[in-house]
Amino acid sequence: MADVIKCATRDAYGNALKKLGARDDILVLDADLAKATKTGVFKKEYPDKFIDCGIAESNMMGVAAGLATTGYTVFASSFAMFSAGRAFEQVRNSIAYPNLNVKIGATHAGISVGEDGASHQCCEDIALMRTIPNMTIINPADDVEAEQAVLAAADHPGPVYMRFGRLAVPRVNSEDYKFELGKGVTLKDGKDVTIVASGLMVAEALEAAELLKNDGIDARVINIHTIKPIDKDILVKAAKETGAIVTAEEHSVIGGLGGAVCEVLSEACPVPVLRLGVEDTFGKSGPAVELLHIFGLDAAHIAEKAKKAIALK
Amino acid sequence: MDNMKKLELAKIACKIRMGVIEGTHNAKSGHPGGSLSIADLLSYLYFEEMRVNPQDPNWDDRDRFVLSKGHTAPALYAALALKGFFSWDLIKTLRKPDSILQGHPSMIYTPGVDMSTGSLGQGISAAVGMALAGKLKGKDFRVYTILGDGEIEEGQVWEAAMLAGNRKLDNLVAIVDWNNLQIDGVLDDVNSPCPIDKKFEAFGWNVISINGHDLDEIDQAFKAAKACKGKPTCILASCVKGKGVSYMEDKCEWHGSAPNAEQYDIAMAELNAALAELEA
Repeated sequence: MADVIKCATRDAYGNALKKLGARDDILVLDADLAKATKTGVFKKEYPDKFIDCGIAESNMMGVAAGLATTGYTVFASSFAMFSAGRAFEQVRNSIAYPNLNVKIGATHAGISVGEDGASHQCCEDIALMRTIPNMTIINPADDVEAEQAVLAAADHPGPVYMRFGRLAVPRVNSEDYKFELGKGVTLKDGKDVTIVASGLMVAEALEAAELLKNDGIDARVINIHTIKPIDKDILVKAAKETGAIVTAEEHSVIGGLGGAVCEVLSEACPVPVLRLGVEDTFGKSGPAVELLHIFGLDAAHIAEKAKKAIALK
Repeated sequence: MDNMKKLELAKIACKIRMGVIEGTHNAKSGHPGGSLSIADLLSYLYFEEMRVNPQDPNWDDRDRFVLSKGHTAPALYAALALKGFFSWDLIKTLRKPDSILQGHPSMIYTPGVDMSTGSLGQGISAAVGMALAGKLKGKDFRVYTILGDGEIEEGQVWEAAMLAGNRKLDNLVAIVDWNNLQIDGVLDDVNSPCPIDKKFEAFGWNVISINGHDLDEIDQAFKAAKACKGKPTCILASCVKGKGVSYMEDKCEWHGSAPNAEQYDIAMAELNAALAELEA
């Protein structure tokens, strides 16, 4: 794995914003975290189209909404904790209810924030955002996907929540990858079980499939980058053809990808679905990669779960 | 402002108050008290101050209005109907299924509503965003927002006020309806935001204190706001909650309850008498 390119999705976010900067309708807002969220990359290039709202995320979301009413496509950025958490109600009432063109760039999602600990490790954001009507949610797997997702979000009318990580993660998509909003991606075909993964867990899912191959298990791997609206067809097909599902996400097992997959399959094609994610608990301080192992968010735990899912068939 | 104009605006304010009573009575719910208190301000905004076109509600260069205290939508709807954004007959459909007049303002449902509001403290942020947009686009439209005095207990209001002051948004006017009553009682007994003027001044605003029912004072305040450069303006408007309906005036309990048939008749008789006096 030494030659695998690693890059944080937040870096891709900054780069994509820079590409969008030439457009007249683009504005970028931040709440005093431009260096960390990487909106600073945009700010450097387009200082006149960047507005620092200071440490006031709730107001930033409302300001973004007001700007959007006049025709701007507004990217509003902060950490996931403050974008989806602190400003939840502003996102709901000022952005999503009037269906305004605000794109929320939420970085530092999940426990891979690392040493900052539980107060900043947001594992609830997807669950929160998923309940809001009009909201589209994207959780990219790597920098290639993240950059294209940002460009797609800019062209997609209405609110979009984009989830990015702090940690450099392995690139799983090739340079010629084409991101399609709302479409799941089958990265590896298989017939015994399907691993449905999102975000940085996609790379782990691919590694888990390799581990399972050693045990004679043929696992399918699907990347769900768009969590809402979710690609029902690809999930139902996987359920029918493989008969067992494991979901893998760096988010609470409550209400995120796992919840979304269960909602689809319990109605359309009930099969055993086992959810791997952050159990109903807060994170803690530590080096990011170490924490991922401590919380069971790795290939070995996915493979173990896959075997359990197969046993339930 | 000449006397003819002042008379016209006074009549419109009276009709706005009738719309508030008509709407809330038919809905059997809503917020008449705070709606009645801003009728004179809305009359001035929509019939003297603001550049809007009912035939083209989304006109790019229009002035914007955000009712940050969104629960007083009945007054806004009456003003919009009188201005011609939609038929006056719709006032009776307030808060009913299939109506374009939601319990709180929605820009999705209602022509002329520039921002969806209702959750207190959020409207002013959107107004700040609109004013920033005017500056960024080099357009001369102005942005107006009305806040409740209780509403400004919300912390978000001060986040917005800080940004507006720092950005020197002189195209923004925030009017505070200072009627001294909120749902649970008088401001002092709940959690007073006073002194309101000093707070806005501290956030870099030009503050003008007026009687919110005196059209001459309203006129002078908005003219002074327009003349003020480099600062947003806060018009601190002393108002009477329930203004124009005797039994509702200065009564906390009329914050969020609708007049029944008998109360409706009394209110309409009083407002019709006031209108007849203005027309005499």
